[in-house]
Amino acid sequence: MTVYNLYVFDRHGTCLYYGEWNRKNTTGISLKGEFKLMYGMLFSLKSFIKKLSPTDVKEGFLSYQTSKYKLHYYETPTGIKIVMNTDIAVGNVRDVLQRAYSTIYVDFVVRNPLCSLDEPIQSELFKQKIDAFVRGLPFFSARVT
Amino acid sequence: MLRTESTKINLMRPLGQPALACAGYRWRENYYSHQRRGGYNIGVRIIEDFLARTNVGRCHDFRETADVISKNAFKLYLGVTPTVTNWSPAGDEFSLQLDSNPLAEFVELPDNHTGLSYSSLLCGVLRGALEMVQMAVDVRIVQDTLQGDLQTELRLRFLRRIEESMPAGEE
Repeated sequence: MTVYNLYVFDRHGTCLYYGEWNRKNTTGISLKGEFKLMYGMLFSLKSFIKKLSPTDVKEGFLSYQTSKYKLHYYETPTGIKIVMNTDIAVGNVRDVLQRAYSTIYVDFVVRNPLCSLDEPIQSELFKQKIDAFVRGLPFFSARVT
Repeated sequence: MLRTESTKINLMRPLGQPALACAGYRWRENYYSHQRRGGYNIGVRIIEDFLARTNVGRCHDFRETADVISKNAFKLYLGVTPTVTNWSPAGDEFSLQLDSNPLAEFVELPDNHTGLSYSSLLCGVLRGALEMVQMAVDVRIVQDTLQGDLQTELRLRFLRRIEESMPAGEE
């Protein structure tokens, strides 16, 4: 089991943070283009899912899985979106993403008056903390099978 | 301030309120705009803190929002629970009545500034916080203990839902 990469988007679609760990391929497009496509895909997926749902959904879109990887999605009511790609053996990580938001994003970005909220995060401390957080996850393993 | 919650209260309390109130020309307009802007900036951050602490989800309607504001948010940050009351028939407007207002607890308005809405900071905080959860609201103070009323009353009016913006370059 492993983590490939992690995106944090704000409510306007700006990618606040991107980190990758055991990612093995690249899409062949620039990172900036990738952020845009990723956000666009999530946005469309989410709005269409809402339309398909027979009843009003509170959480909506949680994750999707292909034969090779799994994408986990967590969105706060304020529109912060945390997206994590892992391999398919990883189960439900909703609580993990929620913890990343409440203990790392809120602690080191929102409570840091020097961090502005709607542009990519510059704080080295935040980057260190999120890196340590992901590396410390039980399903994080550097040995990719 | 001898409160166990004092750190949280300090978070809500900008520097230099009395100093600002003493500033000269057109001080009252300046005071309001300063308080509202300062409050707004507190609001857009405090909402993230609030969500992280309480883990409440998105509200279904404005009534639920009113409940969360009074029972969770005010309780958490100011240690008081305002009464939600005076709903408008359409359900888009309500009042928060505070029997005690921690922000003005040790405040007396000087004689020449008796009409000052001292707590307009709260309006800014509420507006900023609700805007972050896609609700545009209008907040004003209709009763104020500092002006001889029995309680402090904040009036919130729902204006509209802020729709999530489409990503750039997509139709």
